[in-house]
Amino acid sequence: MTDLRSDFVGIKSPNPFWLASAPPTDKEYNVVRAFKAGWGGVVWKTLGEDPPIVNVNGPRYGAIHGPDRRMLGFNNIELITDRPLDLNLREIKKVKREWPDRALVVSLMVPCEEGAWKRILPLVEDTGADGIELNFGCPHGMSERGMGAAVGQVPEYVGMVARWCKQNTRMPVIVKLTPNITDVRNPARAAKEAGADAVSLINTINSIAGIDLDTMAPDPATDGKGTHGGYCGPAVKPIALSMISEIARDPETQGLPISGIGGISNWRDAAEFMALGSGTVQVCTAAMAYGFRIVEDMTEGLKNWMGEKGYTRLDDFVGKAVPSVTDWQYLNLNYIVKARIDQDLCIKCGRCHIACEDTSHQAITQTKDGQRYFEVDDTECVGCNLCVSVCPVEGCMTLERLTEGADPRTGKPIDPDYANWTTHPNNPNRVAAE
Amino acid sequence: MGTSGAKRDVASGRLPARQYEENFADLHPPLGRHPAMVEADRCYFCHDAPCVEACPTDIDIPMFIRQISTGNPMGAAETILKQNIMGGMCARVCPTETLCEEVCVRETAEGKPVKIGMLQRHATDVLFADGKQIFTRAPASGKRVAVVGAGPAGLSCAHRLAVLGHSVTVFDAREKPGGLNEYGIAAYKSLEDFAQHEAAYILSLGGIEVVTGKRLGSDLSLERLRGDYDAVFLGVGLGTVRDLGLEGEDLEGVIDAVDYISDLRQAGDLSSLPVGREVVVIGGGMTAIDIAVQSKLLGAEEVTLVYRRGQEQMNASGFEQDLAQTSGVKITHFAQPARLIGEDGAVRGIEFERTRLGGHGRLEGTGETFTLAADVVFKAIGQIFVPGGMANGGDGVRLEDGRIAVDGEGRTSLGDVWAGGDCVAGGQDLTVAAVQDGKAAAISMDRALRAQSPTRSRDTGG
Ligand SMILES: Cc1cc2nc3c(=O)[nH]c(=O)nc-3n(C[C@H](O)[C@H](O)[C@H](O)COP(=O)(O)OP(=O)(O)OC[C@H]3O[C@@H](n4cnc5c(N)ncnc54)[C@H](O)[C@@H]3O)c2cc1C
Ligand SMILES: Cc1cc2nc3c(=O)[nH]c(=O)nc-3n(C[C@H](O)[C@H](O)[C@H](O)COP(=O)(O)O)c2cc1C
Ligand code: SF4
Repeated sequence: MTDLRSDFVGIKSPNPFWLASAPPTDKEYNVVRAFKAGWGGVVWKTLGEDPPIVNVNGPRYGAIHGPDRRMLGFNNIELITDRPLDLNLREIKKVKREWPDRALVVSLMVPCEEGAWKRILPLVEDTGADGIELNFGCPHGMSERGMGAAVGQVPEYVGMVARWCKQNTRMPVIVKLTPNITDVRNPARAAKEAGADAVSLINTINSIAGIDLDTMAPDPATDGKGTHGGYCGPAVKPIALSMISEIARDPETQGLPISGIGGISNWRDAAEFMALGSGTVQVCTAAMAYGFRIVEDMTEGLKNWMGEKGYTRLDDFVGKAVPSVTDWQYLNLNYIVKARIDQDLCIKCGRCHIACEDTSHQAITQTKDGQRYFEVDDTECVGCNLCVSVCPVEGCMTLERLTEGADPRTGKPIDPDYANWTTHPNNPNRVAAE
Repeated sequence: MGTSGAKRDVASGRLPARQYEENFADLHPPLGRHPAMVEADRCYFCHDAPCVEACPTDIDIPMFIRQISTGNPMGAAETILKQNIMGGMCARVCPTETLCEEVCVRETAEGKPVKIGMLQRHATDVLFADGKQIFTRAPASGKRVAVVGAGPAGLSCAHRLAVLGHSVTVFDAREKPGGLNEYGIAAYKSLEDFAQHEAAYILSLGGIEVVTGKRLGSDLSLERLRGDYDAVFLGVGLGTVRDLGLEGEDLEGVIDAVDYISDLRQAGDLSSLPVGREVVVIGGGMTAIDIAVQSKLLGAEEVTLVYRRGQEQMNASGFEQDLAQTSGVKITHFAQPARLIGEDGAVRGIEFERTRLGGHGRLEGTGETFTLAADVVFKAIGQIFVPGGMANGGDGVRLEDGRIAVDGEGRTSLGDVWAGGDCVAGGQDLTVAAVQDGKAAAISMDRALRAQSPTRSRDTGG
C-alpha cells in the first residue's frame, strides 16, 4: 500500500500537498474549501499586527502567458492579510478544531522587535495551530517597511528573529526564505543555527511583468505607475529547485527539513522537489490558476508513480536525487555522447538542423540522396543537447553514450574511467590525478 | 423514371428568404484573434519548410505565422502579399489540403496540419480592413505593357510590372476585373464582394489602367497590341465548357456549369435564380462539385453528380468531395452520359452507361445503362481554351495540347508575348498557380524590357 501521509517536523498531514501562504489561504471559507478538495495542509495567509495593512485598490496581479494564454509566470503586489488579527485567529482556531487531521501552519510577519513577536506568538499558540512560518520573503511593499525580504536578505536578522520565536513558543518554526539574495545558503545556515525546525522556499522573485507600450508604464499599473512585484508560477520552478538543492547538499544545513515551494503545478513537479529533499510541498499559483481540484490529480498521480517505483512511503524517495547534484568541476569529462535521431519518429521539421547549423556545431545534415533527411555527423557533434531540446517530437532525438573506440570528433580513444576538471591538463590549478 | 408523368420543375425562390443567407455563409468563418494565436503557436517554424515548397507562390509561411504569433499581423500580410498579391483570395479558395497543408510536418506528426489557409486569411483580413498600401513603385521605366485578361494571372502580372516601374494597361472582355475570382469561385468561398475589394487594392498601387468590355479577337487584335506596347501578357483563362458530344445538347435545361455559376455570382438576389428540382451534374472536378453543392444550397431536391471514373481519379480534392456529400449531393462513379432525354424541347432525363477501368487503366463502357430524371443537366467536364485572336495562323502564338505553349518563364513562341494562368499548357488550373504565372512572367518581362534598347519606340514599330 502506498502511504502519502507526511510528518514534517512533527506536523502531520494526510498528504504532503500544502497550500502556500497566499490568497488561497486567506480565510476560513477558502481553507475549508481546500480541505474539502483534499489538500493535506495550509500555511495561513501571513498575519501581521493590527491595524491591518491596506492593499492597493488597483490591480494586484500580472501574468506572463504562453500563446494559448496558459499562465507561465505570475506576478503580484499583494501585501499580507488585510483582515483584523483577531478575526483571523478566531477562524484559524475554528478550522483547526474542525479539521484536526490537516496541517495548519500560520505565517507571521511583524516588525523586527522581540516585543512584537512575544505579543503575537501566544495568540497563535492559543489557536491550536500546528506551527508557524516566518515570512522573510515578501519582496514588495512590506520590505519597504523593514519586514519580509528586508529581513530575509540579512542572515543575522533571520537568525535573530528565528531565535526569538524558538524561545517564545513551543510550536515548530519554519523559516520562509526569499530568493532575492545572492547565496541562499547563508540565511538557511542562520535559520538552522538559531534552532529553526525547517526552512521553506522559495518566496517570490522581484519582477515587473511587462511594460505597456501605449502608456509607457508597467503592466499592470495603478493610476499610471507600477512597482516591482513578486514572480511565481511554472517559470520559477528551476530557480526554486536549484536553491533547494543548494541547501540540501550544503554540509552546514544538510538534514534541515525543507518545505519546497515555487512553480509546483502537478504531482510530477512535487515529486521533483521532494527528490531534492523537500518533505512537503506548497502550492499557490497553480491553485489560483485552476482552483483547488488540481490536488486530486496531485495525490493520485504521486501515488501511482510511487507504486510504479515501489516506494511505499514518502521517506523512500525524499532526498534521493540530492547526491546526484554536484559542482561542475566534478562532472565526468570522459563521458562522451552523440545526438541520435529516430528516423521513424522524425517529422522532418528541420529545427535540429538549423539550431545546430546557426548556433551550435554544424553537426546535422539536411539532405541525403537529394531527399530531405536529417542525420547527425558524429565528427562534429559535441553532444550539447540543443537539438534534443528543440525537437518538437518527444523521444525522437536522444543522446547516446559512446563506450567503445574513439570519439569521431576528437579522434581520442574513449576512456572508460572517470576524470574531471580538477585533474584536467588544461586546468592551471589542477591537482595531480591519483 | 420521371421522364414522364410529373411536369418538368424548374423554379426560382425554392427556399424561404432567410435560408439563402444561411446557406451561402462563409464556408470557413474567419479565425478570431485568439484562435489565430493558438493556431499560430502550433507552427514549428520549420527550417526550409516543406509548406513553402508546396506553395506555388513560395509564400514564407513559417515567417508569416510567426509574425501573427508575435502580434504583428500587418507584417504577416506583407510577407504573404510580397509573394502572392492575391494572398487574400488564395486563403479562401486554395485547396490547401493538397498544397501547403498536405506536407505540413504536423500532418506527418499527428494528422492535423497547421491551418495555414485560415491563418493566411486572418493576416490578410487585417491588412484589407486597414487598407494600407504596402508596395511602392520603382522609378518609371518608360515601358508600356498590355495585359489581356484581368483574372488572377493578368492582375498578378500587372501588379508586379507596376511595382517594377512599368506602365500597364489591362484589357478584359467582361464588365468587372477579377476573372473567375469574380465570376467563378463558389459563392460561399468569397463573400462580401471580396474579389472587387482585392482588385481595388491591387489597382490602388497606381500605374495600372483597366479597360473593361474589350475582347481580344473582336475589339482588339494581338498584332495591334504588339505594335502599341513594348510587351504583351495573355491571361485570358479558358473559354466554354467542353461539350458532351450528345444529341440534344441544345435542349433547354442543358447548361454550361461555368455560365450558371457566373450568373449566380452576379445575382443580386439568389432567390431569383431558376433551380431544377432534380439536377444532374456531369464531371469530376472543382466546377462539378461547386455547381452540385450550390444547386443543393439553392434548394434543388435531388442533386446527382455523375463521374465516369472512380473516386481516386476525381480532380476535386478529398475535402471538396466530402463537402459535396455533407451538402447532400449524391456522387455516382463509373458512369458516362449516353443519351439526353427531352420533351417539348426541354431536358427531362439522361441515360448513362456504366463504365469500368479496363487494361492499362483505360475506360470502357460495360453496355449496362440506367436513367436519371433531370430538370437540369449541368455540363462540367472541363473547360477548353478558345484561341480566337491569339493563335490565328502563323502570326499567333504556338499552341500545345490546345493551350498556349510557354517556357519556364511564361514566354510564348512570340518574343514580345508572354502568357500564364489557365490558358497555358501544363498548368494546374488553380488561382494560386495563375498568380504565380503572372508574377513569374512579369519578372521575365522586366528583364527583357530592361535589356531592350531604350530608344525603341512604338511609333517606329521597333
Ligand atoms: C467554377 C470554378 C470554380 C473554381 N474554384 C476554384 C477554387 O476553389 N480554387 C482554385 O484555386 N481555383 C478554382 N478554380 C480555378 C481558378 O478559378 C482558375 O484557375 C483561375 O481563375 C485562372 O486564372 P486566369 O487569370 O488564368 O483566368 P480567369 O480567371 O479565367 O481570367 C481570365 C480573364 O480573361 C478575360 N478574357 C478571356 N478571354 C478574353 C479575351 N479574348 N479578351 C479579353 N479578355 C478576355 C476573362 O473575362 C477573365 O476576366 C475554379 C474554376 C472554376 C471554373
Ligand atoms: C497573490 C500572492 C500573495 C502572496 N502572499 C504571500 C504571503 O502573504 N505570505 C507569504 O509567505 N507568501 C506569499 N506569497 C508567496 C507564495 O506563498 C509562494 O511562496 C510563491 O507564490 C511561490 O509559489 P507558487 O509558484 O506555487 O505560486 C504570495 C503569492 C501570491 C501569488
Ligand atoms: S547535440 Fe549539439 S552539437 Fe550535437 S548535433 Fe545536437 S545540437 Fe549539434
